[in-house]
Amino acid sequence: MKEKLIEKTLMLLAFSAIGALLLMAVFIFKEGMPIIFKVGIKNFLFSTHWAPTKGHFGVSSMIVSSLFVTIGAMIIGVPLALACAITLAEFAPQRVTVILKPTIELLAGIPSVVYGFLGVVLLVPLIRDYLGGPGLSLLAASIILAIMILPTITSISIDAIKAVPYSYKEGSLALGATHWQTIRMVILKAARSGIITAIILGMARAIGETMAVIMVAGNALRLPQSPLSPVRTLTSNIALEMGYAAGDHRAALFATGIVLFVFIMVFNVSANIITKRWRRE
Amino acid sequence: MAAKIVVKDLSFSYNHQRVLSAVNLMVEADSILGIMGPAKSGKTTLLRIFNRLCDLIPHVRIEGEVFLDGENILRPGLNVDRLRKRVGMVFDKPVPLPRSIFENLAYGPRLHGIKDKKRLEELVERSLRLAQLWDEVKDRLNESAMKLSGGQQQRLCIARTLAMEPEVILLDEPTYGLDPISTLKIEQTLQSLKESYTIVLVSNNTWQVARTTDNVAFLLMGELIEYGSTHEIFTVPKDKRTDDYISGRFG
Amino acid sequence: MAKRINPLMLQRIVKAQLWSLTGFTIGILFFIIFFISIKGLPQITLEFLTSNPVDMGRSGGIFSTIVCTLYLIFVSLMIAMPLGVGAAIYLTEYTRESRLTHIIRFGTECLAGIPSIIMGLFGFAFFVMALGLGWSILSGGMTMSIMLLPTIIRTTEESIKAVPYELREVSFSLGVTRWQTVTKVVLPSALPGIVTGIVLGIARCIEETAVIIFTVGSSLRLPESFFDSGRTMAVHFYILAREGISMPNAYGTAAILILSILFINLSAYYLARQFLKKIC
Repeated sequence: MKEKLIEKTLMLLAFSAIGALLLMAVFIFKEGMPIIFKVGIKNFLFSTHWAPTKGHFGVSSMIVSSLFVTIGAMIIGVPLALACAITLAEFAPQRVTVILKPTIELLAGIPSVVYGFLGVVLLVPLIRDYLGGPGLSLLAASIILAIMILPTITSISIDAIKAVPYSYKEGSLALGATHWQTIRMVILKAARSGIITAIILGMARAIGETMAVIMVAGNALRLPQSPLSPVRTLTSNIALEMGYAAGDHRAALFATGIVLFVFIMVFNVSANIITKRWRRE
Repeated sequence: MAAKIVVKDLSFSYNHQRVLSAVNLMVEADSILGIMGPAKSGKTTLLRIFNRLCDLIPHVRIEGEVFLDGENILRPGLNVDRLRKRVGMVFDKPVPLPRSIFENLAYGPRLHGIKDKKRLEELVERSLRLAQLWDEVKDRLNESAMKLSGGQQQRLCIARTLAMEPEVILLDEPTYGLDPISTLKIEQTLQSLKESYTIVLVSNNTWQVARTTDNVAFLLMGELIEYGSTHEIFTVPKDKRTDDYISGRFG
Repeated sequence: MAKRINPLMLQRIVKAQLWSLTGFTIGILFFIIFFISIKGLPQITLEFLTSNPVDMGRSGGIFSTIVCTLYLIFVSLMIAMPLGVGAAIYLTEYTRESRLTHIIRFGTECLAGIPSIIMGLFGFAFFVMALGLGWSILSGGMTMSIMLLPTIIRTTEESIKAVPYELREVSFSLGVTRWQTVTKVVLPSALPGIVTGIVLGIARCIEETAVIIFTVGSSLRLPESFFDSGRTMAVHFYILAREGISMPNAYGTAAILILSILFINLSAYYLARQFLKKIC
């Protein structure tokens, strides 16, 4: 009797996470959908005109900025992360990996506001002085995000590479391939799904990051012209205006949240599908 | 002699694979029944039905009846925890719980409601003595049970089962992987225990079965080939397959 | 046709490149820690830690923000721990893999991927407004607890799975019920792993900013109860730095943030290693 009760209670608890997720989706959609219908989905998604106090709610410049910032972060971050992952999984002696992997994971623990702050005091002046423009820019945001997503991608990729059966490696080495040829042609191929999952999760993290981006991206409301122009992402738009928004304006911020939510879910679901395939392989 | 356990037409399948088919068997009270047979003949499964530990495996189908003192233990709604208290089990690998020697023995009784410290201490001592381990560990009852040798750990597991004051003790190859001296000690323990307990011993070791048991059941591919007194089976087996097995003609 | 590079030569070049990129990455980490420490450590005095901010943080210390952070950690863990550990126990000990567990696991993974700004929006719409809790440590703690759930569930699940199956069998064979087996045998053996999850949760509470601004607010007053608004260290640092209120105090706060995170992560790592050692 008591045992049954405990089991039922635990089952309820098990649903807490998914319950929270659903509640969250319901609330954000409930707050944000009406305004999207009011201004029209097309208008909302494709207009660049955002003047919430005057009734203009177009988020396309933010969508574009978010995507550019994320792509920039991937271009800078992925090669670095993969280099780390390959070195630590294949070249470094076990002793070194055991120390360096958690060290890199420590990078993930540094608060995002600290990254943003370092971006402002160190990176932004460099960009302004050597590359021109205001310094607060798409490029600055991409570089900071690249550093922030390094640990995620590195750590999952290391696990993926290490999961490749040793026999593959032996087989290739036995055929006279060098270690690097083996890595490039055999190991990376076999670890492909895992590495792609890592990259997608890194992308999800980059597109969702807020505080660091607000501090270094410049937050200007227009389509980015070059890597040096200041941009405002979906996330920063919410955080910047939430403090004083009311009525339709606030609803429009929730609608911005919906766009972000959809992006994140797409990333998560695809990462999940690829991981499943990886596990099956 | 009185029958402690009676098995009637017992069949067991797992994932649509037959593991036991129509086994009929009797375990006499205060005796040792040996179950022998080659690997995968269903010995362990039969043992685990006696205390319903088979419930832990998914996708199983059990048919037939098993009576313990006349009560069908396969009936739905049976309190398995109470059954398992009456029918103790020792596994093929010694598994001490990660706590002290004393706590290993007190674990079961305490959770069954014995709180009195003095009573627990008596129970622990009595069980350790029965398992012939008391002299070796009496000065270090509070040390971790993981520090004991393999043979000592297995006797600890027997003592832990005894501390539950069960009526039946099931042993699944209890001397598997142990040295000859530890094996001998455990066999001696079993001999002294059978005066007051009903024991079922599964063993791959034909000589051990011959040495220690009163009755023997020989299983092959889930079928009971022969059942009878140890003396008879090892001197005049009725079935050729039994003869083949005990003379070592099986793998 | 260009001359082919000798594969061994190529390997040497690639290896050198990869090592230097790795060195560069690790260099960034050390640079961040050293930079913040050098700028911030001189600011940290006993007075800085024990006095309240004065004049919006232009002078004075960070005491009220430390208290607020601790309150927030307490509330978040008090909610997330029973939920997360309970969920993990259910998933590992009470069910077999089925469609239901797949759905639960998928939901948990998705929750882990939700960015903090969306958590913040939700916390604001639900706890602050709909439930009428206002900007308070309670609102923030409940929102944070949702954020911590996936981590706690995952680490607990992994450590429970690492407990040898035989221990459960032994316990069941002694007629001990499932729940007693969980509390007496499984959880004690899995404890270090569970603690690791909790420690990581603490770190998350310390570093989070977006969620906190939306749900706890940014009042500099010393919070007196869980219904009060407050400002955690990370939010305080953000406001100091962004509004340019006081650079020395900003560096001081950042140093405290980084050092506490460093300490917490190292202890989590240490605990996890202890756990591995015990299991193997």
